[in-house]
Amino acid sequence: MQENKILRPIRKVGIVGYGAYIPRYRLPAREVARVWKADTSGEPSGEKAVAGLDEDVITMSIEAARNALARAMIDPAKIRAVWVGSESHPSAVKPTSTVVAEAIGAVPNTQAADWEFACKAGTEAMQAAIGFVGSGMAAYALSIGMDTAQGRPGDALEYTAGAGGAAYLLGPAEESLAIIEASYSFTTDTPDFFRRANEKYPEHGERFTGEPAYFKHISAAAQELMRATETKPEDYTYAVFHQPNDKFPKRVASSLGFKPDQIEAGLLVPWIGNTYAGSALVGLTAVLDVAEPGDKILLVSYGSGAGSDAFTIQTTEELIKRRKQAPSTQEYIQRRTEIDYATYSRYRGKLSMK
Amino acid sequence: MELSQHWRLKQQRYSLVGEICPYCEGKIFPPRDICPDCGNEAKTTFQFNGKGEIYSFTTVRQAPAGHEENAPYTLALVRLEEGPMVAAQLTDLDDQAVEIGMPVEMVTRKLRSEGERGLLIYGYKFRPILKAA
Repeated sequence: MQENKILRPIRKVGIVGYGAYIPRYRLPAREVARVWKADTSGEPSGEKAVAGLDEDVITMSIEAARNALARAMIDPAKIRAVWVGSESHPSAVKPTSTVVAEAIGAVPNTQAADWEFACKAGTEAMQAAIGFVGSGMAAYALSIGMDTAQGRPGDALEYTAGAGGAAYLLGPAEESLAIIEASYSFTTDTPDFFRRANEKYPEHGERFTGEPAYFKHISAAAQELMRATETKPEDYTYAVFHQPNDKFPKRVASSLGFKPDQIEAGLLVPWIGNTYAGSALVGLTAVLDVAEPGDKILLVSYGSGAGSDAFTIQTTEELIKRRKQAPSTQEYIQRRTEIDYATYSRYRGKLSMK
Repeated sequence: MELSQHWRLKQQRYSLVGEICPYCEGKIFPPRDICPDCGNEAKTTFQFNGKGEIYSFTTVRQAPAGHEENAPYTLALVRLEEGPMVAAQLTDLDDQAVEIGMPVEMVTRKLRSEGERGLLIYGYKFRPILKAA
């Protein structure tokens, strides 16, 4: 018998409420190519969501959390943890999570902390929340993955580094609109992408971010979770993978045996870009917006450095009536104002004012 | 502004928490512990739902200190559904024309920062309604 590597709580845990947030501004990839006179023979496609002048991970997390609460219909004073995973916490020292907790009315009887693990900080917080609720320590815990992603001007990352994310309120399975059946984490020390303290923009290993990093970790996490839960790709109606670009999630899905129609609903990168810690989690919100009760969903995040968290989730009857209580992810995507590179520079603080 | 002042105002600024008068049931914002309608003591907290409509508005081009980077911006008087009037910035307007009577909803946004090293200040603004609930 194989050793059990799968994470399962004592008490069953599920998603009681979920909420997305995507800012309204969009920078098309062709606009980045125009400014940097990039080779457009492989015409850059898609666009990314850009946060407005008065938005950051705190304000975006508050709105996503309010959407999650609207669907959960619980008293926020019953929340015992508010955890925000991000690469863009507005302050180096002063928690994002305390402001979010205060704004949604979860203080003072709550744990609060900011999480960091590149693009998987949000699913990391979600896994911890499963433990918090699943052990019986807490009735509800709120996990958020949100970013205003950084990319150096002119760097390949600038085409996709977008803004957005999602909040998940976890609670007892009996009250859930989707039950988290099991999860698994696969982690190694892999230097594919990093940002040193006090640096504004990250460094990345070009092609090294692919095979030994993204593909290895996502594949290992997904395969082990499916093996241990005795599920196959065809058992899942939907699959959501971390989406740094359009190619990687499609390729990893295909190599694992998933078909394009299983990943389509949750693949948002062509419209909002790579929202780093928000990426896989906001993809899952778009799936929950359209799923039917009883659908099985595979969620696999990826964070550079590197690791993947994989989850197997099954929706319940509760989903249909409660999802209408907050704006859908597609409604946020359709609320779209195109901006040019100059406006983007202003909104993202790339202009020196003094 | 002092740190203590920001700290004192956080609840009303982050989430429109005001008061309700136990005598005449008038809703009060900002909270002031005395009912402006009947003059009695009113200290019961009340959570406003954040919905309202534009009563009047103007465009600010010469912004006060701390707000220069956002100029020009639209400042509005918003009549909350529960009654009180609040002055606040409008946000996420795009090129949309603002009109008197336009329905708006509260969002919590960054109001300003106290310089590069200072505190980031968050509070309510209003935007066109994203979705009719």
